Amino acid sequence: MDPKLQKVAEVWERDTAIVEGVDISGPWNRMFGQRVIWDYTPDLIEEIAQLPGAESFAWCYQCGKCVPVCPVDVVGDYGPRKLYRRAQTGINLLDSPDLWLCTTCANCLRVCPKLVDMVQIMPAAREHAMLTGRAIPAELQEALENTAKYGNPLGQPARKREAWVKDAGVPVPILHQIQRPVEWLWWVECYPSYHPRGIDASIALARIFNALGLDFAILGREEKCAGDSQRLAGERGLFEMLAEENIRTLSKYEFQHIVVTDPHALNAFRKHYPKLGGQYDVWHYTTLLARELPKLQPLLTKSLPYRVTFHDPCYLGRHNGEYDAPRQLIQALPGVEFVEMLRCRENSYCCGGGGGGMWLDSFAAGHQRRRLSEERVLEAVSTGADTLVVCCPYEVSRFEDAAKSTGVEGRLRVRDIAELLAEAMGLIGEGAA
Amino acid sequence: MTIVVVMEQVPDVVEELAIAPSGTDLDRDAVSYVVNEYDDHALEEALLLAEATGDEVVAVGIDTTGELDQALYTALAKGARRAIKLTGDFEGTWLSTRAAARLLVPVIQELEPRLVLTGVQAPDDLDGQLAPTLAALLGWPHASVVIGSQLVDGALQVRKELWGGMTMTLELELPAVLGVQAARQAPRYVPISRVRQVMREATIETRDVETSGDLAPAIMRLRFPEEAGQAEILTGSASEIADRIIELLRARGLL
Amino acid sequence: MAQQIAVLVEHLEGQPTDVTFELLGLARRIANTNGAPVEALLFGQGVRHLAETIPADRVVLVEDPRLRYLTPEATAVTLATLLRADPPRLALIPNTSLGMDVAAWVAAALDWPLIAYCEGLETRDGQLVATAQLFGGKILADVLIDDRPTVISALAGAFAADAMQPEPPGTIERRDPPSELAALHTRSVVLERPEAADVDITRAEKIVAVGRGIESKDNLELAEQLAQALGAVLAASRPLVDAGWLPRSRQVGKSGLKVKPKLYFALGISGAPEHLEGMKDAELIIAVNKDPKAPIFSVADYGVVADLFEVAEALLERLEG
Repeated sequence: MDPKLQKVAEVWERDTAIVEGVDISGPWNRMFGQRVIWDYTPDLIEEIAQLPGAESFAWCYQCGKCVPVCPVDVVGDYGPRKLYRRAQTGINLLDSPDLWLCTTCANCLRVCPKLVDMVQIMPAAREHAMLTGRAIPAELQEALENTAKYGNPLGQPARKREAWVKDAGVPVPILHQIQRPVEWLWWVECYPSYHPRGIDASIALARIFNALGLDFAILGREEKCAGDSQRLAGERGLFEMLAEENIRTLSKYEFQHIVVTDPHALNAFRKHYPKLGGQYDVWHYTTLLARELPKLQPLLTKSLPYRVTFHDPCYLGRHNGEYDAPRQLIQALPGVEFVEMLRCRENSYCCGGGGGGMWLDSFAAGHQRRRLSEERVLEAVSTGADTLVVCCPYEVSRFEDAAKSTGVEGRLRVRDIAELLAEAMGLIGEGAA
Repeated sequence: MTIVVVMEQVPDVVEELAIAPSGTDLDRDAVSYVVNEYDDHALEEALLLAEATGDEVVAVGIDTTGELDQALYTALAKGARRAIKLTGDFEGTWLSTRAAARLLVPVIQELEPRLVLTGVQAPDDLDGQLAPTLAALLGWPHASVVIGSQLVDGALQVRKELWGGMTMTLELELPAVLGVQAARQAPRYVPISRVRQVMREATIETRDVETSGDLAPAIMRLRFPEEAGQAEILTGSASEIADRIIELLRARGLL
Repeated sequence: MAQQIAVLVEHLEGQPTDVTFELLGLARRIANTNGAPVEALLFGQGVRHLAETIPADRVVLVEDPRLRYLTPEATAVTLATLLRADPPRLALIPNTSLGMDVAAWVAAALDWPLIAYCEGLETRDGQLVATAQLFGGKILADVLIDDRPTVISALAGAFAADAMQPEPPGTIERRDPPSELAALHTRSVVLERPEAADVDITRAEKIVAVGRGIESKDNLELAEQLAQALGAVLAASRPLVDAGWLPRSRQVGKSGLKVKPKLYFALGISGAPEHLEGMKDAELIIAVNKDPKAPIFSVADYGVVADLFEVAEALLERLEG
C-alpha cells in the first residue's frame, strides 16, 4: 500500500491518534479516512504541471472563485477548478475538448488566491498536445496554416494587406514607399487590414489621424500577424517565427512609437517581443486619442443620438490595464448617452475571440449552449443601449454575427470607437466629405 | 521497406497571377509558391500507411523554385524518414510533367519503394498528371483520384472516386503508383517549433541531376479567360434585390 | 484518307456518359475540316448494344471481362496497343476520373504530346490549337498541335455545343483483346454506389446551393428554409460535403453531380472550375457572393454582390409573409 495511504488508514482505525508527535485524538480524525481522491493518481495533474509555464495548474485548492467569473462556464461547464477536478478524477486535459474552450480572458486569474494561471497553462498544454501528435480542431488548423503561409489567419495574400488604403480617402503613408522616419508607426494587424468591418474602422482611424495631423505610417504588406492568439492556441514556434520576421522588418525603419488597433498585438509587443529582441513604446489607439483629447474635442462637432454601452476587451483591460481611455473618448462624443454593462471593467465578459477562440467557434458550438459573443450581445441589449462600442478587431464581426443569430440585429448596432469618433467629426457617414 | 511521396511547389492560385512579357510563362516575380495541396494529402496517406506497416516514408521533390526546402522539412517533421531534393539546370523553369517524371524515374528505381504516392493533379499540369505518367515510365500499375488505401496481404486496396458519390475499389499489386485526391483523414498539423527543430537537426539529401531535352511544356501563349462580366449585377438594398429576384422568378413561371 | 480522330468511349455498366457524346461531336467537327474519319474506341464486356448507338464512322470494339469497368491499367494498356498499331491524328479522352488515369499513361507510354484540361480545340490559320485551363481556371494556355499524333484530355461540358445524339455508327469492327491484358497487375474491382439518397438533386427543377460563404453549419437552416420557400432542393459545393455538413448526394460539381435545373440559386459559392462544371448549364443561374470577382459570376445570369444572409432573409420575408 502507498505509504501515504497507510498513515491515513491508521488514523482512521484509531480513536486516539498521535501523528508526528502531535496528539490529534478525537472524533474528527475520521476526516482522515480514505476518500475518493485516492482512487485516482495525481499523474494527470502532474503531466500538465510539469510542462514549462503550466506549474500553477497544481496549486489549485478548489476554492471555486474562478467558476462564477469564467465566461465559458456561463454557457457551458467550465473553469479552472473544474479542469483540475477532472484531471484529479482521471480525465486527461490533453485529450479533452476542454483543452480548446478557454479564451485566456484572465478573469479567473484575477480572482484566484493561488494565482493558477490559465493564460500560461493553456498555451503550454496545447503546445504539448500538438507535439505529441494529438489532432487539433480543423478550423484552428486552417488558421494556423494560413498564418504560417500568408502572415494572416484569413488566408489572404500578403500583398493585399495594404489594399484597403486605396479606399481610405485620405493619405495613408506606407513605409516601404515613403522610406522616411515617422513619429508613429501604426500597426494595423490582420482583421483591420482584410476584414470588411475591420477596414471600416481602419479607414475611420486613418481619417482621424489625418485630421489630427499625426505623423504616422503603416507597414502595409511587410506587416505580419503579431500572432499572440496563435501563441495562446499553442503555436509558440509560429509566434516566435512571426516575431523574428516582424522585428527584422521593424528594424529597417525609424519611428518613435507604435500605435496599435489590436489589443492582442499590444499584448505581444508589450509582454513577449522584448525578450525576442523587440523593445518598443507601444500605445493602444484609445490611449493615444485620449491623450489627444484637447485637440480632438473641438473637432467632435456632430451630435450622435446614440445610447451606447462599452465592451472592455480582455486584452486591453484585464491584460494591459487600460479601462479609462475608451471611456474618456466615449464621454467626449456629443449627444451620446453612456450606460455601463454589469460585467464591465475588470469583470468584463469575454467576446470569445481570444486565445484562439476566433477560430474555434465551430468546435465550441458542440460544447456550449450559445456563443460567448451572443451572451454578451444580449447583455448589451438589456442595458437599453442601441449601440455596442468596441475597440478590438475581433469584436466587431463577432458581435454583429451574434446580433444576427440572437435576433437583436435591428436593435443593436456595433461600432468601433474610431467609427463613432470619425462620425462625430463628420469624416464618415452621411454628409461626410 | 519504403514508400516514396513526390512533392511539388506550385504557384499559389490564391494570389493574383500575372503573365510574363514573353507570354509563355507566368511572371515568376509575382508568384508565391506553396506545396501542391494534393501532395499534402499524398504525404498524409503515405504516413498513415507507413504507421500501419512500419515502412519508411521518403519525400522526394524537384527544386524548380529554390523554395522546396521548407516543404521537405515539414514532411520530415510530420514523420517522413528521409527527404531528397533534386537540383539541376531547371531553377526558375516551368517543368512539364513528362520532364519531371523522367528526372524522378531513376531516383525512384534506386530507392526501390513498394509504393509511390503523389497528388492527383497540380495547377500547372498542362501535359497531364504525374502519377499516371510515372506509372507508364516505371511500368507499374496505378490508380488516380484515390480517396483511401489499405495494405492487405501484400497487395494494395485502393478506393477511387468516380462521380456522384460512386467509388471503385481496386486491388493493385506492388509496386504501384497512386494519384491521391484525399487522404483518409485531413493532413495532420505539425507545430512550427517541430519544423524548426527538424531544420536544425535533420538534413535534406541533395542530388544534382543531368537534364536533357525539352523541360518546359510547349506553350504558344498564356492568356486570361474572358472577363467575368456576363452576369447582370443586381444592385440596391437587400429588400430591393429580393423584390427583383422574386420578379425574375415569377416572370419565368418559377414561382 | 487523312488520319482518324479517335475518341475513347467512357461508360459505366453500359451507360455512356454525356462527355462521350460531346467528344464525338468535337471529333466530328475536327474531322470534317480534315476529311478524316471519326473512330470511337469502345472497351468493355457485353457492350455490343452500346456500340450500336455510337455516332462515329467506325467503332472499334474490344470486349473482355478485364475491361468491364474501364480500370486504369487495363484501359490504358488496351488503348495504347490499339493506338500504337494505328496512330490517329488526335486521341480524345475525357478529363474525368476514368479518363485522367488513361490519357497521361497512354501519352507517356507512346511518348506522344498530351494537352490536358482542354476546354477549346479549333483550327486557326490551318493549324490545330488546343486551349487548356490551368491554375484553378485563372489562366488559359494555347498550345499548337504539331504533326505528331496527339492526346487531348478534354474537360466535360467544355464541348457541350458540339454534343451529338446516339446514332448507329458506320461500321463496328471487333478487335481481339491485347495479350498484355493477361499480365495485368490490377484486379478485383468493386463498384460502390452511395446509399439511396433522400433526394436526387439531378432531377430537381430548382436548386438552392450553398458554399463556404454560409460560414457555419448553423446557417444551413436558413438556406433550407429558403429552399423550401422556393420549392427547391438544397445542394452544396464540395467543401461543405467534405466537412460533413451535408451528405455527398447533395454535392454539385466535378466529383459530385451534374445538374441542369431550371433555377440554380448559388449562395456564397465562389465558383471554382470544379463546381462550375457541375452546374453551368442550368437555365437560370442567380449567384450571391460578397466578392465581385468571384468566378461564379462568369456563368451566372444574374449576380448579387451583397451579404448573402441579408438577401436570404429578405427573400424569406417575402416568400413566407
